[in-house]
Amino acid sequence: MTLSVPTSGARSAAPVPTDPLVIETAGLTKRFRGGQIAVNRIDLAVPKGAVYGFLGPNGSGKTTTIRMLLGLVFATEGTISMLGRKIPAEAGRALPWVGSLVEGPAFHPYLSGRVNLARLDAADLTASRRNSSVRVDRALERVGLSAAAGKRYRNYSLGMRQRLGIAAALLQPRKLLILDEPTNGLDPQGTREVRHLVGELSRDGITVFVSSHLLSEVEQVCTHVGVMRTGSLVWQGSMADLGSQQKVRVVVETADSAAAKGVLADLGLADIAEESGVASAVLGSRPPEQVVAALVAGGVRVRGFAVAKPNLEDIFVQLTGEGFDVSG
Amino acid sequence: MSAAEPEAVAGPSERLPVRRPALGGRLLGNEIRLLMRRRRNQLILVALAAIPVIIGVAVKATTNSGSSADGLIGSITNNGIFVSFTALVVVIPIFLPMAVSVVVGETIAGEAGAGTLRYLLAVPVGRTRLLVIKFLAVAFWCLLIATTVAVAGLVIGFALFPAGDVTLLSGTQTTLLGGLGRLLLVVGYAGLMMLALATAGLFISTLTEVPLAAMAASLGVAIAMQVLVAVPQLHALRPWLISNYFLDFGDVLRDPLLFGGLTHGALAAVAYIAIFFSLAWARFTSKDITS
Repeated sequence: MTLSVPTSGARSAAPVPTDPLVIETAGLTKRFRGGQIAVNRIDLAVPKGAVYGFLGPNGSGKTTTIRMLLGLVFATEGTISMLGRKIPAEAGRALPWVGSLVEGPAFHPYLSGRVNLARLDAADLTASRRNSSVRVDRALERVGLSAAAGKRYRNYSLGMRQRLGIAAALLQPRKLLILDEPTNGLDPQGTREVRHLVGELSRDGITVFVSSHLLSEVEQVCTHVGVMRTGSLVWQGSMADLGSQQKVRVVVETADSAAAKGVLADLGLADIAEESGVASAVLGSRPPEQVVAALVAGGVRVRGFAVAKPNLEDIFVQLTGEGFDVSG
Repeated sequence: MSAAEPEAVAGPSERLPVRRPALGGRLLGNEIRLLMRRRRNQLILVALAAIPVIIGVAVKATTNSGSSADGLIGSITNNGIFVSFTALVVVIPIFLPMAVSVVVGETIAGEAGAGTLRYLLAVPVGRTRLLVIKFLAVAFWCLLIATTVAVAGLVIGFALFPAGDVTLLSGTQTTLLGGLGRLLLVVGYAGLMMLALATAGLFISTLTEVPLAAMAASLGVAIAMQVLVAVPQLHALRPWLISNYFLDFGDVLRDPLLFGGLTHGALAAVAYIAIFFSLAWARFTSKDITS
């Protein structure tokens, strides 16, 4: 069974002018009845093969955007193209290739996990009746629910429910996975599992679009990020772009902060800051050990020395002028 | 193994391979199975089956003590098949509409309330197709409840009373087979009437995410129509109320068999179905699914 996600080998036939975008929106806007704007003219660009972290605090319009991508909510303005198909007009062509988890799992409580999946499988008009049970069992196995497949959904723990939701998203071979807060309600172990699964799927060539209000969760797996704030997409790009914006600083702890400031200035470092006991500057391309040597040679009594890389959180505070809800 | 394979090898600019879609018969089967395994629905069927049993036993008990009745109930002692006819007349005004409301309220609103609607639509099923499948499942239910009452009536009727040639209300006789044919006609008519009511309920079910509200509203509509039909001053309204036609199958029990009343009622039902299905479709296909 192939997943039909050609990356490099299969390009010979038709030359491709540009790397295609798996999700592309233009001026996408949703104004709900009552005039409240949930999503305000966003232009998403999700390249093929990316793990795209869709970030933003709760209520910033992430879920509404995802619902529009899936054809559940109709856009007020703007266009959506997903896997080369217009949404919602051609949703029937695109969605069989899209697995999704939207605002948490939802299943019939009095049916078992297996029967619930079989129902979704039956709903898929492109899925053959013949292999239904094979598909269901394989999806259950992939998320480690085989043992609990016969239990009623209502008796599942939160983590098991989430995993069943992911199993539903993996019933068919997919080209794109849209996961809305996939680790909500999971314990640290479950969160790691989901992260692992996302990495695995991405290696299989599947594009993953994952929303989260937790930065730390996304930081480790994403190749691209988009940041939402009150309905607008305030930043979007690859992690590499983001890295180039990172300003690594050296921080010197010393009683001679004034002298340290002088040494840092002599080295030609930029953006020097000094307060009593601490001096810091942007490192630039200079190796940190040179800075230490210069400090010592300059007679600065160094108590502590650190190379501080800003984390995603700091960058976003910088980018958006607003902090994130990190508590979760 | 999947249908994806044949066209899947083109470059990244390829059109998505088209998986050949089916009509949705599998989902309809699944839907009906879901309907039938629901404990509540099973209980409804048992309760409905109990009604002809109660009628049969009551008639048997009272005729033994010497009293006799006229009309439909009176015919029961001559032929067991009349237990079915009588039971249908009893259940059609209220009990069947109740059974219909409970199930039809769940259709769209139940899926919306449980959150399963968004996943069904994202599969994707297609909104129109999902609505058609829900409609067909409800149609199955309507026919099933009418059939349940008729069959239970036959079983208890033939157990307690004679079978054989059927003496119709007009006094003429027909064979037992002819009688069963007429019963089938009544069951079909009752099912169609219930489907007309159910389609209104289907529309209501697209308006809310609370299945209980949809059930209550559907039943409320059914009862309100009964009340309106019963008020003589509102005579002018009657032709517009579907419940006005519920019991218009009296001709089936007379000779010769006239289809005038049946056809008139059936046309009214078809009009109801067409109007409310259109409304449900217009609503459901344009609605933001935020549940």
